[in-house]
Amino acid sequence: MNLVVAAFSPQPSKSVLGWWQWPLERTELPHHDHVRTAPPGDAELVAALRAGDERAFVDLVEQLHPSLVRLARSWVDSPAVAEEVAQETWLGVLRGLDSFESRSSLKTWIFRILVNRAKTRGERESRTISFTDAAWRDDSSDAPSVDADRFLGPDHQRWPQHWAAPPQRWDELPEERLLGDETRALIEREIATLPPAQRQVIELRDVEGLNGDEVCRMLDLTPGNQRVLLHRARSHVRRALERYLEPA
Amino acid sequence: MSVTGEITCQELVELVTSYLEGALPEKERVLFEQHLVICRACSTHLDQVRATQRALRGVGRAQIDPGARAKLIDAFREWKSQ
Repeated sequence: MNLVVAAFSPQPSKSVLGWWQWPLERTELPHHDHVRTAPPGDAELVAALRAGDERAFVDLVEQLHPSLVRLARSWVDSPAVAEEVAQETWLGVLRGLDSFESRSSLKTWIFRILVNRAKTRGERESRTISFTDAAWRDDSSDAPSVDADRFLGPDHQRWPQHWAAPPQRWDELPEERLLGDETRALIEREIATLPPAQRQVIELRDVEGLNGDEVCRMLDLTPGNQRVLLHRARSHVRRALERYLEPA
Repeated sequence: MSVTGEITCQELVELVTSYLEGALPEKERVLFEQHLVICRACSTHLDQVRATQRALRGVGRAQIDPGARAKLIDAFREWKSQ
């Protein structure tokens, strides 16, 4: 872990860049330019949009707009600005429809437009030093994904570093509880407290279901750094679910 | 990892994401899976990470703000008329 953390160290000479633009482990950058094809249904949907089918547009907007707004919040502080960024994204989608080439899914393409706009807007709003530092402090904390006191010590004679307090089952609860509104609200609150880089990765990967290669490219992350961010973010949410759902 | 090549529970929990991402080197993947076979607590932990992923997928389903919806419909009509 320490090596990875070192790779996240702030580089003062890059202070004009947003922290998400700092080159991280450049040598490890993914070489994944293989062509992805859009999922079935995308072609029809794109054709409908190009033809001016309002119903198709509204369906898509209803499906994705809340996600776009939520994601934008990790670059811009204000909810109103996040809403604006999401709306500009749709204008960009409409203007760009003719050039959409199905190399990615339509959803991925839309998210990429959002990310680019949100980044630009975030820079313009200059959440500069104080924000960057705060984000950095959070992200550099190499907190374990499970509290150390849940394990026996490394010098335990028989079972070093094995569970002292093993997890209680909560994952087998009925789906209504696990996926219900209250749990969803809890998860949303927890995601909102994450450092931006973790938040971006977990939203794109786990909430939206985009694949790792796409997210690395979108956020300019190496696969290794993306995994670290995803691991920390997922661990945070898992701990929150455990506190909330674990049998008393 | 210990000298015997086994991984401990505390090590395993830090490898879960790499495992789920298919990013563990072959040797570590085998050790990881061997550990799961004999350790129910770690199997439960892995199940809970998967349950976390399932719960996260649910978060995406939210209602659009009606004002935003109306504005976007206007924008669409304007785009269409151009």
